[in-house]
Formats: sequence, structure tokens, C-alpha cells
Amino acid sequence: MPDLLIELFSEEIPARMQRRAAEDLKKLVTNGLVEAGLTYAGAGAFSTPRRLALAVEGLSAQSPTVTEERKGPRTDAPEKALEGFLRSTGLARDQLTARADKKGEVWFAEITRPGRPAAEIAAEVITGAIQNFPWPKSMRWGAGTLRWVRPLHSILAILSDEGGAETLAIEIEGIRAGAQTQGHRFMAPDCFAVTGFDDYQTRLKRAKVILDSAEREEAIWNEASNLAFAQGLEVVEDKGLLAEVAGLVEWPVTLMGKIDAAYLDLPAEVLQTSMREHQKFFSVRNPKTGGIEQFITVANRETADHGATILAGNARVLSARLADAKFFWENDLRIAKGQKMRPWLDALEKVTFHNKLGSQADRIERIAALAGELAEAAGADAEQSVTAARVAKADLSSEMVYEFPELQGVMGRYYALEAGYPQAVADAARDHYSPLGPSDDVPADPVSVAVALADKLDTLTGFWAIDEKPTGSKDPFALRRAALGVIRLVLDNDLRVSLSSQVTGALATLLEFGAFQSFLNDFGEADYKDWVRDDRFSSRFNSIGYNQAVGQFFERILVDATKEKSDFGVVYRAAKRRVSDSAADLLGFFHDRLKVYLRDQGLRHDVIDACIAMPGNDDLTLLVKRAAALSETLKTDDGENLIQGFKRANNILSQAEEKDGVEYSYGADVKFAETDVERRLFGALDKAEGVIDPAMKAEDFAVAMAAMADLRGPIDAFFEAVQINAESEVLRRNRLNLLSRIRTVCLSVADLTRLEG
Amino acid sequence: MPQSQGTPRSFQEIILRLQAYWAAKGCAVLQPYDMEVGAGTFHPATTMRSLGSTPWAAAYVQPSRRPTDGRYGDSPNRWQHYYQFQVIIKPSPPDLQELYLGSLAAIGIDMDLHDIRFVEDDWESPTLGAWGLGWEVWCDGMEVSQFTYFQQVGGQDCKPVSGELTYGLERLAMYVLGIDDGNEMPFNDPDAPIPLKYGDVFREAEAQYARWNFDVADTDMLLQHFEDAEAECARILAEPADDPKTGRRIVMALPAYDQCIKASHLFNLLDARGVISVTERQAYIGRVRALSKACGEAFVQTEAGGWSAQ
Repeated sequence: MPDLLIELFSEEIPARMQRRAAEDLKKLVTNGLVEAGLTYAGAGAFSTPRRLALAVEGLSAQSPTVTEERKGPRTDAPEKALEGFLRSTGLARDQLTARADKKGEVWFAEITRPGRPAAEIAAEVITGAIQNFPWPKSMRWGAGTLRWVRPLHSILAILSDEGGAETLAIEIEGIRAGAQTQGHRFMAPDCFAVTGFDDYQTRLKRAKVILDSAEREEAIWNEASNLAFAQGLEVVEDKGLLAEVAGLVEWPVTLMGKIDAAYLDLPAEVLQTSMREHQKFFSVRNPKTGGIEQFITVANRETADHGATILAGNARVLSARLADAKFFWENDLRIAKGQKMRPWLDALEKVTFHNKLGSQADRIERIAALAGELAEAAGADAEQSVTAARVAKADLSSEMVYEFPELQGVMGRYYALEAGYPQAVADAARDHYSPLGPSDDVPADPVSVAVALADKLDTLTGFWAIDEKPTGSKDPFALRRAALGVIRLVLDNDLRVSLSSQVTGALATLLEFGAFQSFLNDFGEADYKDWVRDDRFSSRFNSIGYNQAVGQFFERILVDATKEKSDFGVVYRAAKRRVSDSAADLLGFFHDRLKVYLRDQGLRHDVIDACIAMPGNDDLTLLVKRAAALSETLKTDDGENLIQGFKRANNILSQAEEKDGVEYSYGADVKFAETDVERRLFGALDKAEGVIDPAMKAEDFAVAMAAMADLRGPIDAFFEAVQINAESEVLRRNRLNLLSRIRTVCLSVADLTRLEG
Repeated sequence: MPQSQGTPRSFQEIILRLQAYWAAKGCAVLQPYDMEVGAGTFHPATTMRSLGSTPWAAAYVQPSRRPTDGRYGDSPNRWQHYYQFQVIIKPSPPDLQELYLGSLAAIGIDMDLHDIRFVEDDWESPTLGAWGLGWEVWCDGMEVSQFTYFQQVGGQDCKPVSGELTYGLERLAMYVLGIDDGNEMPFNDPDAPIPLKYGDVFREAEAQYARWNFDVADTDMLLQHFEDAEAECARILAEPADDPKTGRRIVMALPAYDQCIKASHLFNLLDARGVISVTERQAYIGRVRALSKACGEAFVQTEAGGWSAQ
């Protein structure tokens, strides 16, 4: 069983692409080998900045010989048909055999495809893989036409077994495959030949190349940790950076240096971000103070001075970078302290958020209004929430955030404190973007919660207003994430918010703002032109521009309820309808996201549906409380059987109602009860109602559902002993009315008809 | 590995060594283009000559201007006027990385002591309608050059591909000479009878230009010049290829491209004056790109651009 070794040697491959590329090489080559009829025992893919490598072990020496029989024309078919068959099989007439078939005597051909040597197959497969490699971005070079991530210089491709190594016959764009590679660019640039994977890996290491990126990562991390530990410090973990750095070196040499004392008072986030983004340095922290004091850089070589020159150079570059950061920080602090961030907020008037949704300043005003509305539900001070919303995005204009966008919010908190705002307002600046993902922390401070909710609701209603909803896999404005953020903020903080009324209010504001441009189109151009001709509209249109004119126009219409009767009554009604349609659609979107979220937590989707169908479904906390209680009830024996009893009652009742064309909701009378079983059900229902009604009013779903589950015994007994379709019409009607009571009682808890099974 | 030739003593010595090195490697050492440009890439020796199939190899210093980088001569490492050293070779030779490393050795960087890295950097110039793939080259963590394989210029595919090297001369020289404040960097030999530092040469100009760029330049006039350059570029290219006077075929891609360079620089000046809003910005960039594309299309209709009558 031979082993295959491939190395594609090129100029430096971007670090972020290496791992994926090695896996793609493995997939393309092993799939190709298998499709051609070969088998293999195992395969491993490797990458360094300058090479992709693949080792395939235990490859079959050749593909198997394949014999297949092909059926031809009947022996009495015209000569032409037979000639065609011979051509397609490549056989002569005397190589065919004639056999009887269902339709008579037919020619059969036996075609044998001999197996091919692995070397031949591998050469073809590798050539194809190189020519069709799925690089995220590729290029041409020189006068050639081949595309690769950067110029490809050499191909090592050998098939080896006990007898020795055979070089595969591959030639692409003048590069002929060989058994040679070369070592580290600077420390061991000479070429050398290899005989197999073990030999390759060993010789590479001797030539100062660690082939396996995991091994490089481990070496870097161990060395970095040791260097820090020796001085009583610790490295700030950063897996993404570790993977990237391991993709920038073939021979990692880890060096630790001090950050110039002049910069140690910069916020830790600034130091870390500047070092990571610009220099790809790890931060080294003093565990006693929490401060970042040193840095770790990873060089690609050993030097005679043990890295002294390299470390000094890196420290100088870092100082220059941090001098910039300090310059930004000090300028920003001056504006934060001296001018209370005012110039930054003014500047946001000129920053477009979205061309149909106005500037960042417009958006901030909307968020502030919403935050004020939401404050009570969040348990926050309304005035403080509005203030927090107004200043939370001020840092977007700061120099530091311009340089490091990922520090938005973090800087906002520092600057808000510097400007003298209370802690809660400053924290909201940092936390109002959260939660960003399903595992991100959810803010708990009331002011942060109010602003975070307002931020997300404005985003959602805004894009709903301009019809930019997510479709399929496309969600360019991350609206699913925003909706999940709302859900988690509400649930984690146990908030009682009517989403419908908040969303409707926000949409009406957007209508006044003029965001519903498509509304005009829906409405028809003729009407729109009439308004434009109306001088009450057009004078504004000319003086303040389209958006504002439309907005103010709507504002006047909406404010004046008597407009129903005015010239613009038809517009007023259409505008209201548009707002309520959008609000309903958005609520449906929240419910869809909620289902996904709760399903991940183990709640059945039909249980959620049964609760969404109930009134008050825009109060997510209530909805989830109800769903959780129902889910628990369904886990009990009584609960599960009650559902069966309910369904039976509901089916019999529905059929009778359909047949009789009446609704049996007059109320059953116990005086017509014939048996104790029947009378017991009356009693049980009285008792259940007595418990369920107040429990529902108190939103104590567990108690209500337990009371409902208690009906299981009496209902089961009732069905066992009593015939609904009694001969007496009076008895039958009374029993149907009794079933109706069962239905009413059960449906007051949740819409059980939506449960499956 | 190439051997270092000892540490240079001045900014100009680094330039001279780079010129000598690339001359020895077969490049035509050109002089700067005589117009204001934002980067060495704008020199027609790079933009225009990277188009078409005719082989090309050139190296030159290009004074470049970025009005928004002006700091009145007070910054240790930012100037609105600075120098780039540019190498352009078509088709890109297979050993371009080694040639480049040789140039670092030529200016005194000892490869045995320093850590040189090629870090991914995709280059794109929206105004030139150009892009390429390559790296920032790092020396001990500092970016000292950009290394790009041009894929498209002026909206045209580069066939063959040119290799472009751009050295940020001030930063590179400060590193090689061990200087932290660029204004203190020796421009000529420090032992010359009249030793001049970088700041002696440029500080005054930096202050004057910063004031003009930021506060004094007449924006209405600059806008008019932009419109004029744009119109003139289109007008030149609209002329028929056959010159009625000489009877020769003369496609005026280069004069048209001069107008494109002008428009680009005027846009930079307007940007520094802060009169271009975020939304307008994209529109201006698009207008300059339209000019550079039209010039690129015209250049491949010239003999230098690979056109032939057959």
C-alpha cells in the first residue's frame, strides 16, 4: 500500500485562509481518489505560510478492473443499429454474444475497463485540484493564466512504498512536480529531497519549519505563558490571534517586551485593541492590578542576538502606535470633559444611518423617545433613560472609535463618565449594543436595559417601515439578531412590555418621520401627485425636502383625528392601516424568533403555538410563562391524558355543532344529570373554574394548569360511563353543553387544539 | 541571502542606494512625474504601463501629497508631502520577493538580525479602478513596503500581471537610520559642510501648505477646476484617433490621464477642506474612476499599450 505526499509551495498565503485551504486540498484529493476507485486508510492536511501539504496513507496501488455488460440491439435489428453499438463499445462483432431476452434474441457486449495505477490517477486528481482550487480570492502572476492565492512556485508530489518513492507526472504552467522542497525562507533556504511524509516532516523541522499549525500554536502559547509566568504576569487569552499568528510564521520565536511607561495609563481595552489590531501582539497582564504592562510578539526566526534587535524594533513601533492612541484619547477626553461630548453629537447629524431612515442623530432622537416609553417597564428612571439614549452613541464621532470601531460603547462609557454623567448612563453607553449574539451577556441594569431595548426596536421598526426585512439567508442589517436581543432582554429581565403597542408607536413615529416612502407608491401615483399639488404640502416640500415634508404632512393628518372627514381622510385611514399591518407582521417575526429560541431550550413548537394563540401574546414574559407551565403539565400523566380527554370532547362537540348548525354554549344544567359520574364532572368543573379564573387573573399558570389537569379523572370517567348521544334530545343537548364547558375551561388556559398527538 | 552593505547615513543615501540597486537589476530609473499625485502608483509609468502586453521595468521616486495628513510640520511621522519609491515590473518576475529582499539588504537591513514578514494586504484604489493582491511587508513589526500583483488597473484586466513595490521612504529611512522624529533625520550626509535635516528642508513648506490646504484654498475655484479637468479629459478622449494635421494615428491617452490625475488631486484638496459630505464622497470617487477607466481603455489603443495595426 503506497503513501501519497503532496506539497504546494507558494509565496505567503494569508493566515486566515490557510486552515481552510488545507482542508479543501484534503477533500478535493481524497474525493477524487475515491471516485476513481482507489481506497485509502487515512489522510492529514497541513499548512504553513508558504505551503499546503497533504499526506494520504495506505492508498491502493491501483484501481480495480471493472467489467460491465451492456445490452445492444436485437440480432434481427437493422445493420446500422449494430454498427452503432460496436462503435460505442469499441468491440468487434465476434466479441459480442447473443442471448435470448424478453423481446427475442439480443446482442450483449462485455466491456472490461482495466484498473489504473494509483500514480496515474493521483496525478490527474492533483492537477484538477490545483486548477479548480476554491480560494476565497485568487490571482494571476507573471504572464501565466493559472490562478492561485499567491504565486505558486513548486509542487512536491510523490507516491512511496517499501520500494522507494515515485514522483508523479504533473506539470502545470511550467511547474513540474518533483520530490523536492525548501526550508525556512531565511534560516534554511536550501532545497532538499524527501522520500515520504515522515522524512518530509523531520527534514522540514531540521530546516526550521514546523509543519503542523496546531504544533506551532501550542509552542507559541506555552512559550508565551512561560515568559509571562516567570515575571509573575499572565497572557490575555486570544484564540483568534493565536491562530492568526501561527499562520504568519514557520518557526515561531516568542519574545516579551515592556510597554513604555508613558502609555500604561491608557484604558486596558485601548492597549489590547491597538496591540492586537495593528501589531498582532498578545497583551500581558499583571494579575494583581489587572493592568496591561507588557506585550508578546512572535517572530519568524532565531537571531544571533536572541531577538534583541527584533524586540527593540517592535517596541519602537508599538510606542509610535500608542503615541497615536494617547493623542486620540487625550483629545477625546478634552471634548468629553470640556464640551460634554456636544460636538460629537452635532457631528452625528451629518452621519447617514440609512438614506431612508435619516441620520444617526435622527435615529438617536427616536431611540431616546422609545427609551423614555420603556423606562417604566424596565424599572428605570425615565429621564435618565432618555439622557442615556441621547449620549450612548456620542463616541461614534470620537477619534478613538474612528480609529478602532470595535471600541464603540467601551469608549462611550469612559467619555460619559468624564463628561460627568451618572454611572448608570455611562454603563448604558457601553452595554446598549448588547446582547450581540445568543451567548453574549444580557444587560441587567435598568437604564441599560431600556436603552438596549429601544435601540433594537428602532432598528427593527425602521427596516420594517422601509420594507427591508430579512429574506431566506439574507439578513444584511442583522435583524434576526436584533429580534433575539429584544427577546433575551425581555425574558432575562422578566420585563412586562406590550410589544404591539411599543412597535405601533415606533412605526407611527417613523411614518411621521417620512420613512414609509413605499407607502406613497402603494397609494398610487395619482393621489400622491394631488397632494404635491396641494399647496399645504408642496410649499413644505420645496423648502425642507422630501422626507421631512412627507413626514410633517403625515404628522398633521395623524394628530388631527377629525381628518377622517377631511380631504385627507382616505390618506389617514390608509396610513393607520399600514402601521397596524407592519406592527402585526413584526410581531409575527418576534414569535418566529421566539420559537427558534425556545426550541433550543427544549420547548416544543406546538406548545409555544398553543400559547401564541392566546390573548396577550405580545407580552413575551407572559407568553413564555404560560408555555413553560403548559410544557410542565404535559409531562405529567394527568396532563397528557387530559389533553386526550379535551380533544375527544372537542371533536364530539365540533361534529355535533357542525351537524346541528348551532353552538352549544348555553350552559349545561346539573338537574339533567342522570348519573353520579355526570354530577361529579359538574362539580369538578365548578371547582376548576373557581381555581382557574383567579389563577389566570393572577397569571399563576402553574396553579391554573394543575387545576385543569385535575379534570382528567372526572372527564375520563364521564366518557367511560355516559353516552353523549342520548335518545332524549334534552339530555343530549345538556351533555353537549357540558362538553362545551370542558372546552371553554381548557381553552381559557391555552389553545390546546394546537397541540400535536 | 543577500549581504547587507552597511548602514546608510542619510535619507538621500537610502534613495540613491535603492536607485542603484534597481538600476543594477535592469529597471529604467525614471524621474518623478511632474504633477501633484497622492501616491507613486498614479505616475503613468505605473498606471498606464501596467496595461497591455508590452514588457516594462521602471523604478522612480515620486513626491506624493495627501493634504489631510498635514500637521504643520509638527508631527514626527506625518507630512502632507512625502516620498514614495516605486518599482514596477511587467510581467512580474518569479523571483520578485527575493529581488525585493535584496533591496532591503542594499539599504543596510541585516536579514540575520531582523524579522521580515509578508502579511496579507489586498490593495484597492477606488479612484484608479484598480486592485491587486499582495502583502504589507513588515520589518520587526513595522510596515516598510507594499507589495502588489496588479490584477486590474483602470477597470482593465492586467495581462500579463505587473509586480509593484512601494516603499514609504520616510518611515523606512527613519527605521534604518534609527530616528524617532522624522524632522531630525539627516537629509544629506551629516558630515557635509552644510548638513541638512528633513525638517530643515520641509518644515516651512509643511506649515504653509497645511494652512492653505485646511483653511485658505478657494473651494469654489477648486470645484470649478475639478469640473474643468473632468470635461477636458472627456473632450480629449472624444477626439478621433487620426490626427488631421500629421495624418498619423495618435490616441491621446496620456494627456487625458493628466486631467484624471488633476481631478484626483483636486478631490483630495476638497476633501481636506471638509466640503465633501459622506454621500458626495462616493460620487466624486466614482467620477474620478470613470476618468481613469476611460484613460485605461484609451491607452491600450496606443502602440505603447500593445496596440498594433495588424
